[in-house]
Amino acid sequence: MLSTGIISRPVYPGLTADLKARHNLFAVEGEGAAAVLDLAKKTPPEFFTKATLLYCPAASAGKDYEKQIEARQPKALWTFPTPATVMFRLKGVLQTATMGTRLYVTGTEPFIGLALKEALEAGIDHKSLITEHRGSAKRRVQCVHCKGFTENVTTNPAKCGHCGLNLLVRDHYSRRLGAFQGVCIDAEVPGEAPAPEEIFP
Amino acid sequence: MGLVFKNETFRDDFTFSNSPAAIKRFPFPFHEDRYMYTVNIEPHIAGPKGSVYEFPIDIDEHYLSDMRDRALVLKEDPLRCQSLPHMLTAEWDLVELLMTSMSESYPEHFTLTREGDNWHWINRPMGIDQKFTFGDVATLPYRPMEYITRQCQGDFCLLDQRDGDLWMDAGIVSTQADWSLDFDVGMSFKEWHAPVPMAHEVGVFDRALKFLLNMQQGKPVRRLNWTMTINPRLDTSPENYHKWGKDRTTVTPENVGNKVHLRVELQGLWRLPRSNAIVFSIRAYLIKMDELVTVPKWGRRLHRVLKTLPDAIADYKGTTRYRQTTIDWLAKYDDGAPTSKGCWPD
Repeated sequence: MLSTGIISRPVYPGLTADLKARHNLFAVEGEGAAAVLDLAKKTPPEFFTKATLLYCPAASAGKDYEKQIEARQPKALWTFPTPATVMFRLKGVLQTATMGTRLYVTGTEPFIGLALKEALEAGIDHKSLITEHRGSAKRRVQCVHCKGFTENVTTNPAKCGHCGLNLLVRDHYSRRLGAFQGVCIDAEVPGEAPAPEEIFP
Repeated sequence: MGLVFKNETFRDDFTFSNSPAAIKRFPFPFHEDRYMYTVNIEPHIAGPKGSVYEFPIDIDEHYLSDMRDRALVLKEDPLRCQSLPHMLTAEWDLVELLMTSMSESYPEHFTLTREGDNWHWINRPMGIDQKFTFGDVATLPYRPMEYITRQCQGDFCLLDQRDGDLWMDAGIVSTQADWSLDFDVGMSFKEWHAPVPMAHEVGVFDRALKFLLNMQQGKPVRRLNWTMTINPRLDTSPENYHKWGKDRTTVTPENVGNKVHLRVELQGLWRLPRSNAIVFSIRAYLIKMDELVTVPKWGRRLHRVLKTLPDAIADYKGTTRYRQTTIDWLAKYDDGAPTSKGCWPD
């Protein structure tokens, strides 16, 4: 479970089916596929015949989730090699999405954040998304100094992948950027940074 | 009589200081000998002549130097000024609020003439004479918010109101106490306050939000906030923290009086007429310890406030490294005598 004490961090309450939706659009990463399969156990088969899934196996590659989802006979299941390629397709799908489309996102937090950004840009209110966190607790971090984004951060502190500063990963999240804030941890005494600890496994 | 503007710096050689008159009008924020978060919002009505509350927008002896520092910040980092596309009406509202207030309060320095949408703005201290069409972006050299806030002391945020919440959707922030507009743009009221310790738990933000959502036009409010800054640096932004952070290690018992500054923010809030947005102004006043202790009550009281400050708040305000050195220095100015109620000097 992700810690719930961070007020600016979105809450990911878990997948629930919107049975009134005409089209169920899923963006799924890694262990998020297991969340989709759990949802499938609780929903009538018609739900999946109205579903389009954009899936990136990522950390769960080889786990056979794809076949299990296919067995539910979704309207479409597209598999992508990376989160970025999911987002490219998601953007395209959202451009032509019609009324009655419901967006579900599940996977790691950086993946949910990226999908949320696409949704916001397409004019979808963030509160209407249905989300569930699954998999690693890794974070996407923006360096407040050089503004570069560092992906897959599991430690605190963490090195900025752009300017190289040692960053304290603060518990402050921007939905617009889909990232946590990183602030130089040894600004006061350069070099006096604690050793990185694996905090977001 | 008009103001006399000082020529001073808030970086490099740090020549900023307060005149005796500026010390006397400093908005000392502690009304008792200890500090805890409260909503502490009061009507922004005219205060005593000469005080920082005399006019809705306070212009003081630091005006030209403040504006020069803002221009330097924006030159290095234009993202200190941001506005989401739906905030343009609120930007024009802000132009009206500031130009009207400044010209009515300081007619010897600022003049506004309005004929319908044809406006004529004169800013004598900065040597600006600008005719423009209100509502037409193309008639000003900057976007409206940036144009007027390059000529007005204090940071400004424009808060959009929708879905029972306030959203930080525009702002110009160059004199901030360690928060990033670039990161917080687009956030809701509680989201942008997320990093503040202890205050959420005591319900401060619930009450403040409820109050602000019901604010009415023509009834602005204000509150004070405070922190401490080493050297009279206005741009204590997180963006530049890796450059100014080491200042905090330079405090010694010998230089406390000159280096350690109390930084008080006079925060004002106005409901805007066209956009229904809220202006949130954050005007920073700095005073070094040497200047502060010239008012005996303030020296005594600050000593007691710092001594009893909860660690979580002291850490959040970034005072950890020099707090004790400052308390020890201030102890010389605290004879244990009782202090009178209220913030003003005896």
